[in-house]
Amino acid sequence: MSSSPSNPSQDQASARRAVVRAGLARRHRTERAFRFAGLLAVIMALGVVASLFATILGKGLPAFQQPYITVAVTFDPEIIDVGPEPVRQAGQSDADFRAASLAWQRQLAMLNWNAIIEHSMRELVPDGLEIDTRALLSVVETSERHRVRELLVADPTLLGRTVTLDLLASANVDNWLKGSIDRSLPDARQQLTAPARQLSDQLYADGVIHMGFSWSILTNVDSRAAPASAGLAGAFMGSLYMMLVVIVLAVPIGVGSAIYLEEFAPRSRLTDLIEVNINNLAAVPSIVFGLLGAALFINYFRLPLSAPLVGGLVLTLMTLPTIIIATRAALKGVPQSLRQAALGLGASRTQMVFHHVLPMTLPSILTATIIGVAQALGETAPLLLIGMNAFVAQIPSSPIDQATALPAQIFLWQGNENRNFFEARTSAAIMVLLALMIALNAVAVFLRTRLERNK
Amino acid sequence: MSATVLETATPVHQTVRTPDPDARPVRLRAEDVSVFYGEKQALFDVSIDIPEKSVSALIGPSGCGKSTFLRCINRMNDTIEGCRVTGSILLDGESLYDPALDVVELRARIGMVFQKPNPFPKSIFENVAYGPRIHGLARNKTDLEEIVVTSLQKAGLYEEVKDRLNQPGTGLSGGQQQRLCIARAIAVGPEVILMDEPCSALDPIATAIIEELIDELRANYTIVIVTHSMQQAARVSQKTAFFHLGRLIEEGPTEEIFTNPREKRTQDYITGRIG
Repeated sequence: MSSSPSNPSQDQASARRAVVRAGLARRHRTERAFRFAGLLAVIMALGVVASLFATILGKGLPAFQQPYITVAVTFDPEIIDVGPEPVRQAGQSDADFRAASLAWQRQLAMLNWNAIIEHSMRELVPDGLEIDTRALLSVVETSERHRVRELLVADPTLLGRTVTLDLLASANVDNWLKGSIDRSLPDARQQLTAPARQLSDQLYADGVIHMGFSWSILTNVDSRAAPASAGLAGAFMGSLYMMLVVIVLAVPIGVGSAIYLEEFAPRSRLTDLIEVNINNLAAVPSIVFGLLGAALFINYFRLPLSAPLVGGLVLTLMTLPTIIIATRAALKGVPQSLRQAALGLGASRTQMVFHHVLPMTLPSILTATIIGVAQALGETAPLLLIGMNAFVAQIPSSPIDQATALPAQIFLWQGNENRNFFEARTSAAIMVLLALMIALNAVAVFLRTRLERNK
Repeated sequence: MSATVLETATPVHQTVRTPDPDARPVRLRAEDVSVFYGEKQALFDVSIDIPEKSVSALIGPSGCGKSTFLRCINRMNDTIEGCRVTGSILLDGESLYDPALDVVELRARIGMVFQKPNPFPKSIFENVAYGPRIHGLARNKTDLEEIVVTSLQKAGLYEEVKDRLNQPGTGLSGGQQQRLCIARAIAVGPEVILMDEPCSALDPIATAIIEELIDELRANYTIVIVTHSMQQAARVSQKTAFFHLGRLIEEGPTEEIFTNPREKRTQDYITGRIG
């Protein structure tokens, strides 16, 4: 660049350039600092998420492996001294048959199944190990005696025979073998007696006790008496029913009100007030919705406590603002020219909305809805107030049966007195809940891309 | 007549009118139409006759009220919050603002083409078929297909799209999209077609095609067109009305307005001094 110093306009230009250049370093520095801060924030967020997942997976995955005891169980006829299951006699009345059947079942339940388990386990005790009945039984989960009974009911020919079964080891054995309890603690502070611990170690070393996949987490209901067999099936179904109620109620009501407010309602003080209040509702703490649900649905409408229906209604109230706000935002995004095109052709307002505006916003509405539902699914606080944190040991067969929900189950397990065992179970339950959430979000993403491609 | 320059800013506004001896019978008549957006008055006592089966152009600088007036004719202003229209507009002597008149029926009789091509995000076929379908104009599927094909033919688009009727209308070029919008308006069988600067988003070639099309459509439809381009008004219209600041300043046969304007503001505008 050749600049002649005699030319004043060129002097001015180079002076201007010098000023600009002087500021450049500072500007670049600011930009670098901002970029660095942004990168740092992203890394921190990722780090938190990663450590969250690592913690949950690290704690939860072992819960899916549980110790089972391979043992030969003899259905000893001397202990099982009931006759065969009564069959209906010719001419026997309905009531008589039912009475006979019930009496038989009662008899069966009163049998000393513990003795059968004990006899089988006794075979495994190595010579020289003194272990009393109580300690021996503490190795096997208490629910297993019911399982043995059910096996016999299902197949009466088992009577008198010996079969090899994988019995679920108790939660305390699980703790001992996995090291979730400090093995150096003195006897007085151990949950298992010394002989029981020795037996467990011995059998584990021999391969008689082996780790297997814990189906019980997925297929069983919660259990206090037999923690090792406690599962999520009831809570999962409860959550599913609630989700169903939320989808059936919140989606049509939410989308409908959003359409009305956005496309039909005249601008007035009243609609402004409604809009402000919907926005406020979105910010109301969820526990307040729980109080409302308890007061309204349970106290006033007399709906049953602990029912997924009530939970679903409360979560519907909570999800509605989210869906309404998201739907309205989506509707606002539809270009005015599309509305004019439809109206100009003589479409009524309703036709305009349902033929043109709504199809265009469907992907956004769908995503918002699913995310709203997923949020509701993870909500715990309002459920505590309508009794959905109760201990329920059955799988609900309808939305008005008593049930609990996944997050409430996590809350319950977290507070269980057998902390050593339930810490892993809690993380396992969190994994199931997260898997459900991720699945829902995946559906949202899938539907969105699918619908947008079809446009 | 020589270019007599008249006094402007008369206290009581008077539209300068040049009668057209060859004009066709009146189809649409506006009488003292005023439009208010809330407190603000956008249009002041506009009266004009629109002859049938001809093109009438509304010209004027931005914000002069020409589009507002156009939207009064098919009551699209109804959709704007706080908009109020006074005066009367008559179609064949029937008031368009009669409370008993259904606006949906009215818009089936008076079609509209907008400034920016706005095809529905649907197939070409569906775009054209939508109007007849909602108004129940086709008895069956073959009927509907026939309406779609003739409408596309009338809009001069059929040859270009006949092999891809099922492809989205939004995939066409700007000019084709605008012709699709015209076809869509024609498909309902309107008596009047309103066009709001239909070529402002198009390139010169597409514009020429549309202008030619407008000239052909004149044989069957009464057309009112708002345009920013004076050349376009001169080329396609038989009657021109000049709007300024919400008032109809001058109206008359297009040739008269362009060669021999009687109002100073009209002259200033067409010679490029205002606008």
